[in-house]
Amino acid sequence: MKGALLLILSGAPLAATLGCLLMQRRQAAEMFNLAAALAVFAAALPLPFLVGNTGDAPAFFWGHYILLDRAGAWVVLCTAIVYLLSSIYSVGYMRQLKEEAERLPRFYALFAAFAFTTLVAPLMNDVGLYWIVIELTTLVSTFLVAFERAAESIEAAWKYIMVVSAGISLALLGTILLYWGGSFVLGPSYQMTWSALASAAPGVNPVVLVLGFLLVVVGYGTKAGLAPMHSWLPDAHSEGPAPVSAMLSGALLNAAMIGIARFLAIMRGAGLGPLSGTVLVVFGILSLLVGALFIVRQRGIKRLMAYSSVEHMGVVALGLGFGGTFGVAGAFYHMLVHSLNKSLMFFGAGNVMRAYGTKAIGGIKGVGRAFPVSGTLWLAGAVAITGAPPFGLFFSEFTIMRAGLTPQMSWAVYAMAALLIVIFIGFMNHFRSMYYGPPENDPAEALVEPDRWSVLPMWLALLPLLVLGLWWPAGIWSYLAALAHSLSPGMP
Amino acid sequence: MAFQHLAPFADSLVSLLAIISLLLSFVMLGSRWLKNYLYAFALESWAIALISALMGYYGGFPELYFIAVLTGVFRGMFLPYLIWRIIRRLKVNRELQPIVAPSMSMVIGALLVIFALIVSYRVAADVGLEATVVVLALTVMLSMKMIGFVILSVRHEAVGQILGLLVLENGIFLGSQILVPGMPLLIEMVILFDLLIVVVCFEVLVRYLLSQVGTTSSHDLRRLVG
Repeated sequence: MKGALLLILSGAPLAATLGCLLMQRRQAAEMFNLAAALAVFAAALPLPFLVGNTGDAPAFFWGHYILLDRAGAWVVLCTAIVYLLSSIYSVGYMRQLKEEAERLPRFYALFAAFAFTTLVAPLMNDVGLYWIVIELTTLVSTFLVAFERAAESIEAAWKYIMVVSAGISLALLGTILLYWGGSFVLGPSYQMTWSALASAAPGVNPVVLVLGFLLVVVGYGTKAGLAPMHSWLPDAHSEGPAPVSAMLSGALLNAAMIGIARFLAIMRGAGLGPLSGTVLVVFGILSLLVGALFIVRQRGIKRLMAYSSVEHMGVVALGLGFGGTFGVAGAFYHMLVHSLNKSLMFFGAGNVMRAYGTKAIGGIKGVGRAFPVSGTLWLAGAVAITGAPPFGLFFSEFTIMRAGLTPQMSWAVYAMAALLIVIFIGFMNHFRSMYYGPPENDPAEALVEPDRWSVLPMWLALLPLLVLGLWWPAGIWSYLAALAHSLSPGMP
Repeated sequence: MAFQHLAPFADSLVSLLAIISLLLSFVMLGSRWLKNYLYAFALESWAIALISALMGYYGGFPELYFIAVLTGVFRGMFLPYLIWRIIRRLKVNRELQPIVAPSMSMVIGALLVIFALIVSYRVAADVGLEATVVVLALTVMLSMKMIGFVILSVRHEAVGQILGLLVLENGIFLGSQILVPGMPLLIEMVILFDLLIVVVCFEVLVRYLLSQVGTTSSHDLRRLVG
């Protein structure tokens, strides 16, 4: 059962890629990609339930190269949701790029390939293969970022591939050092799996472990957009087409975060939890700080969303760093709600950018009057993304803060709370100017609501977000608690 | 038990090759001519291929011969060929606006090697291997890594940056051949192929840069700030 679902999960996007490349027709490519996204979502939805019922033993497939555990299933579900939403959205959005019409099949082929790489990354049992898949996500998405071929897009793509490839090579160095450390315990040749590293870690020299872990966190942290390694993120997120931005932010960042979570679990198992947790807390606070500073003074609408992603990855890093059941469960819950919410925000930003023909916040006025439906959805999303109740992010951020209220970490909680308030004010101020600013003095501009393809995914993102904020299903909590327990060995 | 003891003769051969690789990355750091980077990179890859073969022979890991051949063919011939194609397309053959003079970047590189040596000595002493080839392997690995980052940050030309990235990878590969020769074959092979895809992607991007932006110098890529 699980094996078949995993096969659909990886096979459907690959088939869509092939189909798009072979058919070279716009309608066919749209349908292939949408069908693949639906299949992936249908396959990913039952995975957490199936894994949750099998006790603590994770399942392995295809000769131990694929690992299906609670964390992996959860992140795959997040990715599948974002893939589905952005596939629906891209049908409407990409059709409006008139000049790119004949290149659309190639766009969908790349899009499905990108979805494939982000979907399989969390399932890799081999640390080396995980590194390679993460590297592949960069290579595929570079061309999605550069898709519009504008000078800005290509500049963003160049920075993206340069910064991330250089950063992620540090993760490879760290992985090799950890493997070398493990070879003192397990002998010169062993499978490079998460569980092998975890079993070796308590016997490995702490200096080697800490050096390897720091390199790995900086490496995957570059990919996850943690400050100060985030420099590629605002460029790539703001210059790609809106559905690509949603995938980068909602799916890709989580895929890199789960690697950090797994290495952190290895360190906790080796008794180096406090030190490595503090490393993540420091990166988290830095990300919140950078996010806050750039959000307050931001002028570009998609760059605003991009810096908000830096901020939210910082929150996830804080949750992982605080650790314990609340911290890790809160961090993974935050991944889900952030994926939903950030997709909504990028969809709204794409609609508005398209309608007003500008990327600048200053050029956008009276969104609420011009777009009663999609404008309201976007505004609700903005309230949600800043962590205000009654949406899911309030709950996850609150849980993470509760996890941090220990004598050693409480400073970080206070800093986090202060920075979140600054971000709330800055973010809502931009929305105030876009919704209630002085009305444009040329009424000839006829603004129409975006088509159904562009509004439907916004509803599909907002409703679960509201439900998850009001109703906290016990099943999800017991699942996340078990997930947190398996990722924090040596903790009560 | 980890792999750590080689026969003295093999030990000195491996050390010699590792030091040659390190010197070649200094050649890349100090030269302004793109062609020189390329030759240095190709030679460095061949030195690493020889290290793989030696480790295979003296360490008893026959699968490393295979890796040695792949390294020689891919890193030593095919990648340089691809980059040579990029250089030919660009019609640029030297770094025009270095941020830091080559002599200064050599001094920075030397300081980084000293730093790498201190770190490696500390790590090796902690695991009780301070008198072995491990210290040298760690030093070369870390210094090539940092020299790669220096190349990335002081070079503007696209090709210079790509080669900087490849030096980063070469450093890791060299270190892994000496430290963990028993690493699963699959991983090493996939990393080699991955590198190939990276360079092909760069080739395409360089073409875009030329046609859409009109420059391949990161000095002129400054539209996106803030």
